[in-house]
Amino acid sequence: MPRLLIAASIMAALAGPTLAAQADPPDPLASVMWDALRPELFGSAPITFDDRVTVTAPANAEDATAVPVLADASALGRVEEMVLISDLNPFPVVLRYHPVAAKPVVGTRIRVQQATPVRAAARTPDGVWHIGGRLVDAAGGGCTAPPVTYAARDWADHVGEVQARAWPPSGDDKTARVRFRVRHPMDNGLIAGIPAYFIETLSLRDSNGTDLARIDVLEPVSENPVFTLDVTPAAASRALTLVGRDTQGGEIAATIPLPWTQGALP
Amino acid sequence: MRLGAMRALLSFLLILVAAPGWAAGPLIYGLKPTQIAPDTYVFEGTREHFTRANGGNILNPGFIVTGDGVIVIQSGPSRRFGEEMRAAIRTVTDKPIRKVFIGNLHPDYWLGNQAFADVPIAALPGTIEGIKAEGKGMTENMYRLVGDWMRGTEPVVPTEAVYGSTVVYGSHRLRLIPLEGHTAADLAIYDETTRVLFAGGVVFSDRTPTTPHADIAKWLKELDELEPLDVAVLVPNHGRVRRDKTAIAQTRDWLTWLDRILRERAEAGADMADALNLPIPDRFQSLGVLHEEYQRSVAHLWPRIERAALPRVN
Repeated sequence: MPRLLIAASIMAALAGPTLAAQADPPDPLASVMWDALRPELFGSAPITFDDRVTVTAPANAEDATAVPVLADASALGRVEEMVLISDLNPFPVVLRYHPVAAKPVVGTRIRVQQATPVRAAARTPDGVWHIGGRLVDAAGGGCTAPPVTYAARDWADHVGEVQARAWPPSGDDKTARVRFRVRHPMDNGLIAGIPAYFIETLSLRDSNGTDLARIDVLEPVSENPVFTLDVTPAAASRALTLVGRDTQGGEIAATIPLPWTQGALP
Repeated sequence: MRLGAMRALLSFLLILVAAPGWAAGPLIYGLKPTQIAPDTYVFEGTREHFTRANGGNILNPGFIVTGDGVIVIQSGPSRRFGEEMRAAIRTVTDKPIRKVFIGNLHPDYWLGNQAFADVPIAALPGTIEGIKAEGKGMTENMYRLVGDWMRGTEPVVPTEAVYGSTVVYGSHRLRLIPLEGHTAADLAIYDETTRVLFAGGVVFSDRTPTTPHADIAKWLKELDELEPLDVAVLVPNHGRVRRDKTAIAQTRDWLTWLDRILRERAEAGADMADALNLPIPDRFQSLGVLHEEYQRSVAHLWPRIERAALPRVN
């Protein structure tokens, strides 16, 4: 990923703006990285800056190792994929979200290395990426602060522990909110002597095993990551499963009960 | 033509050099002591957050002129602040500085310590440990927040540990009250002679409380401990100096609301980012730095509240 990014930056610098970039609207956040990120992330696909994609985050990051970010593209209707981006991080891509049977809404906490635009891009079925975002000011250093996990001697015994809860379906779209936290140091490989070791994939599945939502997790996601999703389980589902894997092949597996369906037990 | 351009450039440079408080002008806090009780003075700061305009002057440090020398309470956010404080104390009394007390580990309480390096600087053991562990990082962050006002400021760890006791300087009996909640070690100082309470960070007055090291349940107990004191003047470290104890009730009201609303939202399934923009009741709208401090408090308090709201499932 970083090598690709560097290559893309060099190519962009040498070749000047690509054809697609020429047709692009100007970046409302005026980021110095945007001309490099745009072809790296979206190739020649069309993009548009769209206020219907919102990013809720603090204006100032009080804790640069855990900045809350909630991306919401539900105003667009059907969305096939979302990308969360922090332009000025050493690794700009935070995660990719696939809302299979879910609202295009994803919340988590991220590390930021300096003040940066934080964006969400949402791809609609017509192939257009709709992009919204905001600036987050920060003292920085979040990506190179050692995880506090290692302060506990027995940290390895707790990796992969999951805390989670689902709330009854609500709202017009009848989606159920699911929140979960996974114990994991999420080493991003930027700290001397600590190799990269982080959760790469997470899938939230219905009781019949079909995916409701998938997340490709990348380096900026905070230690002991927390996620907020709004999913649509089948009416008869009594529990969801969370499955995942980290970069060293460690498995994550948990069952999240849907308490409001307990009364429907046969 | 050429000469004209030179002249224009020269006059521009002269303006740069001469304009006070602008461009090359010196940064001055302009501290003025206000007498609030016999022998007792406060430097009243703004009710703002740290900015490059206020240079970190957001606190109410004070001093007591006793028959046994001057007792200083908090040394300010920067070396310059401490030096200006010391010079301003000289305009009130020739007596030597006897001791400096530091209320907690937050940077605006003690980063003026360099100006008092020749006298004992006293703090609770927990405050000294906190400054040793976090002082360097906090100092760096202050440079980022207020900029050139910090020039020359280095962290100086307090030199003397104090505990709960009553100490006598001249005719003033000072009760040192060790507390815990706003931070892990909060020192309130009650002058039994004048009934002035230097509450430190435990009480905020018309200024939103700060929570980076707070334990709300313990903080509410701190307020219970200060409530019964017979107070003539209450000096909060942040906000308005008052001749009553309404600031104690106000601080309690804010902390209670804050803790309850965050727990309610976590129980209802809110994401941390959802919590950033919750409506704040009208009665708090007059508090200084309301929205910024509220969002900072979400960052400080939410993760622990969230952990309690999410049961273990594997």
